[in-house]
Formats: sequence, structure tokens, C-alpha cells
Amino acid sequence: MPELEAADSSWTLRARRWVDRVLPMDNLLPHRQPYYVGSWVYVFGVITIAALAWVVVSGVVLSFMGPQWWHVSSLGRFFNSLHFWSVQLFFIFMVLHLWGQYFMAGWRDGRAATWMIGVVIFGTSILTAFTGYLSQQNFDSQFIAINAKDAMNGAGIGAFFNVLNFGQMYGLHVMLLPIGVTFLVVVHIVMVRARGVVKPIDREGGSAS
Amino acid sequence: MDTPAQYFDWGFIHISYPNLLVIGVMLVLFAVALVAPFPHGGDRDA
Amino acid sequence: MKARVHVTQEEYYRGVRMKSYDLLKELAYALAGIAALTLVLAAVLSSPDVPPVTIAGWAQTDPVDFVTTATSELQGSTTSAGYGAPYNNAGGEQSWGPIAPQIWFGQRMPIDSASAFVLQPLKYASYGNTELGAALSQWDSAKADQQTAWLKAYSDALGKATVKDGKVAVADGDYGPLPVMMNNLLGVAQAGGLDGLLLVNGKFYQTDYTQALLFMGDGGYLDGLAHDANLKGDQWGMMNETGSYPGQTWLWLYTAWYQVFPFTSDNGIIGLNGGNADLGIIILMTALTVALALVPLIPVLRDIPRWLPIHRLIWKEYYSPKKRST
Repeated sequence: MPELEAADSSWTLRARRWVDRVLPMDNLLPHRQPYYVGSWVYVFGVITIAALAWVVVSGVVLSFMGPQWWHVSSLGRFFNSLHFWSVQLFFIFMVLHLWGQYFMAGWRDGRAATWMIGVVIFGTSILTAFTGYLSQQNFDSQFIAINAKDAMNGAGIGAFFNVLNFGQMYGLHVMLLPIGVTFLVVVHIVMVRARGVVKPIDREGGSAS
Repeated sequence: MDTPAQYFDWGFIHISYPNLLVIGVMLVLFAVALVAPFPHGGDRDA
Repeated sequence: MKARVHVTQEEYYRGVRMKSYDLLKELAYALAGIAALTLVLAAVLSSPDVPPVTIAGWAQTDPVDFVTTATSELQGSTTSAGYGAPYNNAGGEQSWGPIAPQIWFGQRMPIDSASAFVLQPLKYASYGNTELGAALSQWDSAKADQQTAWLKAYSDALGKATVKDGKVAVADGDYGPLPVMMNNLLGVAQAGGLDGLLLVNGKFYQTDYTQALLFMGDGGYLDGLAHDANLKGDQWGMMNETGSYPGQTWLWLYTAWYQVFPFTSDNGIIGLNGGNADLGIIILMTALTVALALVPLIPVLRDIPRWLPIHRLIWKEYYSPKKRST
């Protein structure tokens, strides 16, 4: 491979070389893993991704048909149920993944940022679910709104994030927050693949060398 | 499923049985994941 | 601990035995498995959908509570009337010492409860209704002292009110124009007109339910239903769902604080108590969430995984001397 010229003014070339260094294809899609990747705890992350995929697919159908559809159509109600249960599974496996990564101290060896992004995903997911529960247009969403407004108002953000405003909550839920969660999840996966899985905790308590 | 849930009370804890079930299932899943044998595909260097 | 120099995976895994592992097949299995599980759960258990409460339903089912609430709005004694920012300057804001974001951001969504929920709708209803028009004129032209006296007498009488022909009847007394005003408002509400008026506000298109929800939240009817469904703040309500469905279990810690000292106490500790629980708990949960994100940097918290033998189960192949290759 020819060496870089001194000036190296091509942003494109520099970007490509950076990606080649940080995330070569061998690392993005490896066909092998260290022999110690031998526990079912390792699958919680990918199951969480799978659940998120079904949350989004069912959510897209619901948003296409409009927020009233699931109240007036049995097919709509079924898609709402798919959305409801895939969300439950999403949180169940995300928390199991969090427990697993905690007990593995998955942040070692330069992986602290991966852990931090994970916590941000957790918080953003909770916010996304919250706007979803507020978008139901039924008794549950009425009371959640009336109750939650006190927390938002107490924090001073109640007029900017008005849980009683269906239009605002719905818009956040179907567009802005899913984009946010998806973007963060992609970053998280890229970070995991860039560094590879962390080594076991060694006998002396540090990383296995 | 539309009938109100029953609740489990212990001290200040007041939790619905459906929620308790979800948490219980999570603990069981984690415990099982820790001990269940994991399939070995192509053990030696691939 | 920090690896500032970029370590390639080739270097990181040098000397580590690798085995074949198909990530995409794993993803495919996960997608199929979750799809199957979700389909079964949805088909068998469906999902919760308790219909919303309407102001019409409230006014029809519990007219006395409706009229009592509307009267309290005029008295300024409801939750929304005494709320403070962002709705009004009644001064009910939460603060913790000098920390008072609710006050700092001010009245960004001004709502005059008495006007918005009672007087304005009545003005609309008075078109073509001369009796109501006269009652409203009598109310508008009365002095504040007189209004207060009527309100006190009427609200006391409502404690023993009965319902006759869908109208609220009270013992004889000097209530001024209030019985006419309130029974007209009740009629508008029972016919569904108040749901429309509080949502549409003369603008036709609307997606903001602030006024209707604040008004319903001021009454006892919706509150009673929420209590029956275990949705209230002092019932771990944030975590709960209607019916026998699981709720938002991930909110367990957030809602737990509302059930314990100091947030259940009037006096509390270090200025935190039931009166500023919403602010106190938001601050607390923000701090805990930041701490969770910073676990890699926090001593003891980041060392617990090394002390507990759970990782020895996860990496049993690595720790088992029989299988370990050197």
C-alpha cells in the first residue's frame, strides 16, 4: 500500500483509513470469537437487538395506520399487542444484558465508553417508552399524563415537555426518539465490534493478559 | 386479562403479580444462562 | 485500566484460542425466536386498552363530584388553581433550598382555571340562553366578597347534595347565580360539549389535551378510578398497568422512592419531604443514573464484579484448569 503523501489533504482518504484502522471488516463481521465466549449470558445483547427490531416494525405499522387504529380494529389491536409484548421483551433482555455486562465488568480495557453509551440507551429507551405510554389515548395514558406532569413541572421542564400534549408526545414517540435510540444502538454495536469482547477477569483481578 | 391484577404486599413493597412474575422470570433466565451449557461450534481454531 | 494507545484486536487476542462463531446466524435465531414469542404473547394475551374517561362520562356518572369540582375552580381551591408555575402564580411550586427550577422557568403555559374550565364554557353556553346569560351577568357584576360568600354557602351545601332528574339539588340557601351556572355547566358537560370546548378552544384542529386533563385531574372521579387500578403515586402506580398485564417494571426504583422516607413524611430530612417529592426524586434519580453511567470510574462499584464469583460461571472454560490451554 503506498504511503500517505505529506500533505494528505483528502478527507475521504483519511476517513477511509481511519475506518480501516478502527473497524476493519474482519472486526465488524468476524466469523470467530475467543474460546471463552461460551455462556448464554453473551446472547442477551443480540436478543435485545432482535426485540428492538420487532418493536420498530410493529410501531411502523401502527404509525402508518394512525393513533386511533388500534382502538377500532381488531387487527390494529393485534399489532398493538405485538408492540406491547416486544417492548416488554426488549426491556427484559436489555436489563439482563446490563446485569451480564456488570458482572463481567465489560467496561475494562478501554471499553468504558461502550458501557456509558449503553446506559444512555437505557435512559433513552425509558423515555421512548414513556412517550409511548402517553400516546395510547386511553384511560392509562390519561392518568399517566396527569400524574407525571407533576414530576416534569417540579423539574421546571413541564412547559417544554408537556405530557398532557398528545401531539408533542406522539411526535417524539414515533419519530425523534426512535431515531435517537436506533442511532445510539448502532454506535454501541460499532463500539463493541471495534474492540471485540472483553477478556475474562484474571486471577489477580485485572484483565486477563 | 382485563380484570384488575392481584397484588403482593410485604412491608412497604406493593407489587402486582404480573410484575412480580416478570421480575421472577428475569432472575430465573439469568441464573439459567449462567449455568446452562453453551453449544460449542467448531472448537479448534476455525 | 485505560488503554489510550489503540490496541488492535490482533494484539488484544494474541495467544487466545479462537473458535468459529456465526454472529449473523445468531441474529437470525434471535429475530425468529423473539418473533415467535411476541406473536404467541400477542395472540394469547392481547394488550390492555381501558377506554378513556370523558368529561361527559364524569358528569353523567358523578354529577355531584363534577359540580363540586367546578365550584372549587371558582373558589380557587383545586389542585390546578393552586398549582403555580407553569400554569399560574398561585405559589404552589416545589423547591429544595435554593433549587427551584419550577419557579425559575415561570408561567410558560398560563391557564386561569376558573375562567378556562367554568366561566368561558358558560359564556359559550349562554348564546340563546337568557336565564344563563342573566346569571353570568349577576356573577360578573357581584363584588368579590359576595362571590366568596355564595361559593362558601354553595360548596357547604354540596356536601349534602342529591341528584334529581340529572341535575344537582341542594338545600335552600343564598347561593346567588351559582345553581343556575353550575347546572348549566353540568348540562353542557353531560352532553359532551365540555370535552369539545376544553380541547378545541375555538380553533377546530387540536392535539393538546392540557385543559381537559387538568380539569379532570382536579376532580375525584378520575382519581377514584385510578386508585382502583393501583395507578396512583403512593401505590407504586408508575410501575403498574391496567388489568392483569405487566407494567413498566423498569420504573421500579423511580416509583419506590415515593413510597419511602423522607418522601412520605411531612417533615422529612435535609429539606426533602412529601411536599417536594417530585423535585427531590428527579434530582436523586438523575444522580443515580449518572452514577450508573460512570460505574467504570467509581471505586468499589467497579470492583464488585471482581469480588463476586458470577464471572467465574460466565467464563468457566477460562477458569477451569482441565480445559485451559496455555
